[in-house]
Amino acid sequence: MGFIGETVDSIKAIKIRQLLTQAITLGMIVTSALIIWKALICVTGSESPVVVVLSESMEPGFQRGDILFLRMTKEPIRAGEIVVFSVDGREIPIVHRAIKVHERGDTKEVDVLTKGDNNDIDDIGLYAEGQLWLHRHHIMGRAVGFLPYVGWVTIIMTEKPIIKYILIGALGLLVITSKD
Amino acid sequence: MHSFGYRANALLTFAVTILAFICAIASFSDKFSNQTPSAQIQILNINWFQKQPHGNDEVSLTLNVTADLQSLFTWNTKQVFAFVAAEYETSKNALNQVSLWDAIIPEKEHAKFWIQISNKYRFIDQGHNLRGKDFNLTLHWHVMPKTGKMFADKIVMSGYQLPNAYR
Repeated sequence: MGFIGETVDSIKAIKIRQLLTQAITLGMIVTSALIIWKALICVTGSESPVVVVLSESMEPGFQRGDILFLRMTKEPIRAGEIVVFSVDGREIPIVHRAIKVHERGDTKEVDVLTKGDNNDIDDIGLYAEGQLWLHRHHIMGRAVGFLPYVGWVTIIMTEKPIIKYILIGALGLLVITSKD
Repeated sequence: MHSFGYRANALLTFAVTILAFICAIASFSDKFSNQTPSAQIQILNINWFQKQPHGNDEVSLTLNVTADLQSLFTWNTKQVFAFVAAEYETSKNALNQVSLWDAIIPEKEHAKFWIQISNKYRFIDQGHNLRGKDFNLTLHWHVMPKTGKMFADKIVMSGYQLPNAYR
């Protein structure tokens, strides 16, 4: 009961200047996170430098909930590389391994066929209607490193949005009621 | 300054930072491992070699693959993904890489093996350039760590050639 009394008291004691300062501090934190994210995009050359593994198609190497660090360089795509690609019409990127690569001699354009390690068949069924190969512009990056389990936070927040709202609500309450 | 909230926050931040640091060091330790993998591939038989209805050449092979990849395993290794690819050049394509067979090796004990297989994935060309074609068979491996940076390398074995006529 004392905590609720304290909370009510501190909400009553808020002055405009203090509120503005706290709002600006919060804004600074959010902006710094955005700056770091955009800087990562520049450094790694990939539109999404970190992805969470959502399916079991690359088990046992990558489990659901792992996060992958991506990098996109000008180097040509070669067989065996784990690439992250998006297909026209599907929003969720797929992380699979390139098993066939045909690179044109003149234009350096490349046809790539991918397959998940844990799948029995290659990805032709996943590509758009009539599409037989992936091209460079479909590929968002190559996986270069990974951390296990860390991505579960994102999966839980996506699949049970209630938790996201509870977290943000709790954080907001903490910011408002903190004494400094 | 000494409330439960502040202490819990400081502890959690410290724990996460230390954990990230340990993961980075674990990954870094992989640089010091001495790796001496070896492999040999023998083509036992060309099962058939035909031109498909849509104009592309296709060949079916039986291979004998012997490899010792035990030295690739470190304490930070979760699995090694090994695959055999046929690599060749044609007039239209500077490089063609077709994966013929792959395997996931979860433990060091399974990394020394001898296996006889026909190609798991279809060896199809873009066109009909395969008659009499010289090609390399490359054994690639990708080491997936328990945490951190993945690395890959390969052994190239050259000197293989497809027959001059369909059969």
